[in-house]
Amino acid sequence: MPGNAVVETQGLSVHFGGVAALDRVSVAIAEKELRCLIGPNGAGKSTFFKCLTGQLKPSEGTVQIRGEDTTGWNPHEIARLGVGIKTQVPSVMNGLTARENIWLAAKRRNTARQADRIVAETLDRLKLGEFAGTEVVRLAHGQRQLVELGIVLAGKPWLILLDEPAAGLTGEEVQRMVEVIREMNTEASLIIVEHDMHFIRSIAKIVTVFHQGRVLIEAPVETVLADQKVRDVYLGRKG
Amino acid sequence: MKTGREILLTAIVGFIFMFALPLLLSHYTLTVLTAFAILALSLGFVWGYGGILCFGQAAFYGLGGYAFAVAAINTQMPWLGFLAAILIPAIVAALLGAMMFYGRLSDVYMAVVTLVFTLILFKFMNTTAGEAYRIGSARLGGYNGIPGFPTLTKPWNPTDYLYNESLYYFAFLLLIALYLIVRLILKSPFGRALVGIRENELRAELMGYDVRLLKTVAFTIGGAIAGIAGCIFANWAEIITPNMFSLGQSSEIIIWTIVGGAGTLAGPIIGAGVLGYLKIALGENSGLNNFFIMGIVLIAAVLFLPRGIFPTVQSLLSRVSLGRPRQRISRRRRSRAG
Ligand SMILES: Nc1ncnc2c1ncn2[C@@H]1O[C@H](COP(=O)(O)OP(=O)(O)O)[C@@H](O)[C@H]1O
Ligand SMILES: [Mg+2]
Repeated sequence: MPGNAVVETQGLSVHFGGVAALDRVSVAIAEKELRCLIGPNGAGKSTFFKCLTGQLKPSEGTVQIRGEDTTGWNPHEIARLGVGIKTQVPSVMNGLTARENIWLAAKRRNTARQADRIVAETLDRLKLGEFAGTEVVRLAHGQRQLVELGIVLAGKPWLILLDEPAAGLTGEEVQRMVEVIREMNTEASLIIVEHDMHFIRSIAKIVTVFHQGRVLIEAPVETVLADQKVRDVYLGRKG
Repeated sequence: MKTGREILLTAIVGFIFMFALPLLLSHYTLTVLTAFAILALSLGFVWGYGGILCFGQAAFYGLGGYAFAVAAINTQMPWLGFLAAILIPAIVAALLGAMMFYGRLSDVYMAVVTLVFTLILFKFMNTTAGEAYRIGSARLGGYNGIPGFPTLTKPWNPTDYLYNESLYYFAFLLLIALYLIVRLILKSPFGRALVGIRENELRAELMGYDVRLLKTVAFTIGGAIAGIAGCIFANWAEIITPNMFSLGQSSEIIIWTIVGGAGTLAGPIIGAGVLGYLKIALGENSGLNNFFIMGIVLIAAVLFLPRGIFPTVQSLLSRVSLGRPRQRISRRRRSRAG
């Protein structure tokens, strides 16, 4: 693997009882890369993200982030390295306003005044201004997804993990999501889990396909989408 | 500034109550109710804003009382006792909190651990009747407790004791001050992060907040405030007994908070005042079991005032004075104001 990897896992395995959710996964992501992660439900994509962010301790294997071995670190320690994640089930502070959610993310690394400025920028960038004072629990699904994205952005991470960011969004919202992702990619490395093939085609470069906890194939998007094994996996046939 | 105005307004309301309440009740009764109110404030903060359901707030209350008595007897300087009544419960809360939060105990285990911790203190204090159980010149006294310790005096005149009227005003001023301090804490980045943790612990961690540390700090602050309540109680009763650690005391604090309105600060204070008075009025030996009455009150409150006295009154008032649309705003404010 190239020496400029910002994230590198080696032999990463996670067992839940007898089930291997991840089975010796070795993946490396380069600086400023935009990597797509696809695979059928239960392939282990979210579990992989949980290992990267410290929500799960792997049963075996290691995670390196910018050359540091972060295996077994706590989530807040990994976040402080500059890693942001949008989880599959939106994880927001429901009883607080959109503004307060984003402010808390911004305040962690900044003074209160800087945080106020970052909040204004972020709300503007995601066109969330009119919902800024609304409790997140009252927002529609797409808006909540955007608030969570705002939380991630406000932390100014250089490594961003997005777990199914387009799920449940309207066409217009997906379009805005794609724009924001392209913009983020100018400053940060991204790993994106997504099912929406249209979405994948419009942003992906290299795609990693997970299947039953293993890496099935890792290749440029055209190659992957033309691959017979990948088609079989997605159609539910055993290859 | 907004914060400045709020402090001023709160202080004014506090002072009005401080001078008006003695028109209704004796200073003596009001003093112990104020101690209860401070105790409820501590749980209102820890539980209502920190999201930490502590069944053992009585432990810090009792430790505050004992720390005061022991330090006052040994040093003959009651104000050192006051300091001890803050520090000792705070240190114990920090240790217990660190153990729970760094050990990642689940909410249910946390409730059990805090409750068991209180019961252990209760049992232990009851066994300290022997001559051997002494700290310096203070005998712990088992179930008889510790009587006859020097109580607080006016700082400018060490022979002028705070009792009855003066003790009441001192206690109530403390209540106002502590309420304001907690309010300011909640407005600070630390307090806002704490509420964020209550709303979504995982998200707070993914933002980079050290949840274990922040919760431990919140728990420590709660312990210190409960300790102050214990100190006021000790000065009022002029004797302390292991009953401060009892199961009854532990559960009452939670009932005060629920009935008054968890998720606000004024709610638990009001709950403590109203229910504390109810208990005194019914009398300890009236034949009616106090546990029974408290149970009924709790069930009635949960059924008819599920949000508690204070939030209900608050939203009624704002609906009456400002019309319907305000209702939404007052609900949203629940986590911040009160
Ligand atoms: N907490 C858990 N306990 C038990 N099994 C789990 C848990 N989380 C995930 N799994 C299992 O691990 C496998 C991978 O899940 P996941 O990573 O969520 O897949 P994906 O995100 O690719 O859909 C699935 O078989 C799932 O049922
Ligand atoms: Mg998933």
